[in-house]
Amino acid sequence: MKLTILTVVVGVLLLVVIFELLRRRQLREKYAVLWIVVGIGVIPLSLFPRGLDVVAKLIGVASGASLVLFLGILLLLLICTHLSWEVSRLEEETRTLAEEVALIRTRLAELDSRELSHDER
Amino acid sequence: MTSDKRVLIIIPAFNEAESIGKVIAEVHAELPTVDVLVVDDGSIDDTSAAARVAGAIVTTLPYNLGVGGARRLGYLYALRHDYDVAVQLDADGQHDPRNVSALVSALDSADLVIGARFAGEGDYRARGPRWWAMSLLSFVLSKLARTRLTDTTSGFRACGRPLIEGYARWLPVEYLGDTIDTTVWAARNGYTVRQVPVAMRARMAGTPSASPIKATMYLLRAMITLLLALVRK
Repeated sequence: MKLTILTVVVGVLLLVVIFELLRRRQLREKYAVLWIVVGIGVIPLSLFPRGLDVVAKLIGVASGASLVLFLGILLLLLICTHLSWEVSRLEEETRTLAEEVALIRTRLAELDSRELSHDER
Repeated sequence: MTSDKRVLIIIPAFNEAESIGKVIAEVHAELPTVDVLVVDDGSIDDTSAAARVAGAIVTTLPYNLGVGGARRLGYLYALRHDYDVAVQLDADGQHDPRNVSALVSALDSADLVIGARFAGEGDYRARGPRWWAMSLLSFVLSKLARTRLTDTTSGFRACGRPLIEGYARWLPVEYLGDTIDTTVWAARNGYTVRQVPVAMRARMAGTPSASPIKATMYLLRAMITLLLALVRK
């Protein structure tokens, strides 16, 4: 019973944190949806920890707990991969911006010096 | 220069205030009609100012991207300002501007020309893992480009319009990627690659890395870069 309380509290807390981050516009929807789905999935499981035993048996996993661990690690791996991909993309985007900034600075310096020499005349 | 082609010399520079002025002066003395672009890769010293004083066009990146990043910006500049030929040169004075015209004229029969250090001229030598890496790269890239390439990691190279367009869009920021990847890319896309022997001089400033651990890391990184370049889409 104690364990159920712990797991339910953790699940609800997760949902609250995500909702709060969304409310403060700190989290883009695409990530929020993912975590809300995870949170909603975790709460019934915390109430009925034996609920997955049937599914586990069906695919040859000894117990529901092992199945949850397996799926959990798989999900985390996928999210990590996705974040690495996202960071690479962001780096490429900032790189492009840096290039544009450099070119604009050069052009600006060129125009400034042209104006200067024009004034002297 | 014999033709009426517009040539841009791209010099990526990161904290090279000491040598950049001399390099630019030398280029101007040797090739008075050629434009020089210094890409200041987020230096914290006076590289930009020194280059401007020496008469180069300077473009300054807001933060350090690495030599590949600086080079891609150089190609982007060449593309936007309609240059016909882009020549890469190092800021440390290793590359002799007297070889530039040989590189540019070799472009008549090739799309990418690499100034090679081991092709007979000069006395540059490498040993140990670094040498193994270079031999392996030479072997694979020579096969790929169907020509003898002896110095695939040389940053002294020239290319024409089609490759300027390609490199402005796509040039890896990673160390070694900017030399190996770009050569593989050119060869795989059907461009002609050629090499021209050049003499390599001692650097005006800074010291080359030569520790055995670094050389081994270099070998590993070269192999990874090469493998990735070969399987890339």
